[in-house]
Amino acid sequence: MEHAAPPFWVGLAYLIAGVCFILALRGLSSPATSQRGNRMGMIGMTIAVVTTLVTSFPLHNPKELGYNPSSALFYVGDKAAFPQSITELFPIMIAIAIGAAIGIVTARRIKMTDMPQLVAAFHSLVGLAAVLVACAAFLNPAAFGITEYVHVHFFNGTAANVPIIHPISRIEMGLGVAIGAITFSGSVIAFLKLNGNMSGKPILLPARHVINIGLIACILFLIGYFFTYDMSSRLPHATEWPYIIFFTITALSFLIGFLLIIPIGGADMPVVVSMLNSYSGWAAAAMGFTLQNTAMIITGALVGSSGAILSYIMCKAMNRSFISVIAGGFGAAPEAGGGEAKAQRPWKRGSAEDAAYMMAQAEQIIIVPGYGMAVAQAQHVLREMADLLKKEGVRVKYAIHPVAGRMPGHMNVLLAEANVPYDEVFELEDINSEFAQTDVAFIIGANDVVNPAAKTDKSSPIYGMPVFDVGKAKTVFFIKRSMGGVGYAGVDNDVFYADNTMMLLADAKKMVEDINKALAH
Amino acid sequence: MDFISILSIFVMACFVGYYVVWSVTPALHTPLMAVTNAISSVIIVGALIAAAAAGSGTSKWLGLLAVTLASVNIFGGFAVTARMLAMYKKKER
Repeated sequence: MEHAAPPFWVGLAYLIAGVCFILALRGLSSPATSQRGNRMGMIGMTIAVVTTLVTSFPLHNPKELGYNPSSALFYVGDKAAFPQSITELFPIMIAIAIGAAIGIVTARRIKMTDMPQLVAAFHSLVGLAAVLVACAAFLNPAAFGITEYVHVHFFNGTAANVPIIHPISRIEMGLGVAIGAITFSGSVIAFLKLNGNMSGKPILLPARHVINIGLIACILFLIGYFFTYDMSSRLPHATEWPYIIFFTITALSFLIGFLLIIPIGGADMPVVVSMLNSYSGWAAAAMGFTLQNTAMIITGALVGSSGAILSYIMCKAMNRSFISVIAGGFGAAPEAGGGEAKAQRPWKRGSAEDAAYMMAQAEQIIIVPGYGMAVAQAQHVLREMADLLKKEGVRVKYAIHPVAGRMPGHMNVLLAEANVPYDEVFELEDINSEFAQTDVAFIIGANDVVNPAAKTDKSSPIYGMPVFDVGKAKTVFFIKRSMGGVGYAGVDNDVFYADNTMMLLADAKKMVEDINKALAH
Repeated sequence: MDFISILSIFVMACFVGYYVVWSVTPALHTPLMAVTNAISSVIIVGALIAAAAAGSGTSKWLGLLAVTLASVNIFGGFAVTARMLAMYKKKER
């Protein structure tokens, strides 16, 4: 069944929306242009929504817009599927208003430290919306223009042209619903882990790889079966089969999303959140194929590549393969074993006064923040410390590892929230050579990202991960709760025992407050 | 549009995405995730079509629910991105 093409301007409007989204991401190349970029995104979204509403509620004859006023799925009689009167607009406006209210209130209230949870929650909504749209398209394909007509002979001797869902659309819908469902349940688990409703420790099921691969194979097989299923030959009987196939794909995908994320530990969440970001894009792209909508396809491709690139950056920053992160289980290793001898090694304990004195004398200090800073909410007091030091004539820089925190760029946002100017914040490769000319390295809430074992110990689980050479600084101050705990990777850190290291054992926020008091004197 | 034209747009957009995203400064990776989240809610287009169409009551309700969810994301995503971006400041001189 060929559909009449929609008017010229409709396609153009969606294309413009797609271009706006590209410019929105382009704006993020620098903080100076980023706000303009965000506004481009809003303009693009407005264009896409208004275009859809105008074409769905035309002021003239809907048939002119290429809608096919034919019946719905399979053979359900003569229900019309063309757009309706303008009164149908009200429920939609109410739905948008409810969503807008929830969204804006959440965006205003959320604490910056909770940003990873919020992003995971938002991903789950995109996933669920994709599932709902795919289901809606399955139940009412004529409205989406994805039907084709086949000639069917019925058993009572009559024959008719009957609309069925186009096979290619079935693949797209199958993929869309599967990716959407995985995004939804995966993001829910990621949210629960990040929000602390669920332990960040990996949960390992026996034979989980076999189960997961089996389930994925099942889903792919069913999508293939859905594609090749001859919907016409079985009419008007056995029409429940397509429903069973479609909703089994959906259910299995919800399950696999859940199973894929539970074995992944807390500090691997930057990869998981990026990966789910990518999935939400591919789900949108798959639905864009179904609807033949350029705005959705361009956006889906952009978001899909964005998430994939972020996952790649995160994996590279940990020197781990994407497969090993997704396979999960990292950080579940027993904490004991081989560590006893090391635990006896001597180390030096410093006080807030020592740190204040040494740093006030320094020419340059580099602060290395990590997830512990976010947990302790120490970013504001840290910036106060930097201000006090600047008054003493000290140069203060911040060094951020790509995997510090629970999502890409997490530390940068927290420092920005605390009014740290972004030109004082540096990436790993830009600042690592400076430690040798630095008087004090101040480590707050980070551990694995400063562990020299990544460079020297081939047996270490973090071997090969790029790390900060903090040991090259004249003095290292290392804030840590106690000497007992080790980092996420469960490896001991030689920096603790180095001659030039002073351990500051306390809660990060408390310690920095004490340093600030000492500096103020 | 035929399938190949659509696929072409998709493949080209993947390349555009690849180069554009690599140009994003790492400091803005969190806002990047928030804004990609907001724009991937362009799936609201499909939700609106379902919600606007007649023919299947269930489909309409699913559409309306999807419109609500996508709106949370659109408004929340852009608002939280704007809030974050407003915090990034240069050194005051």
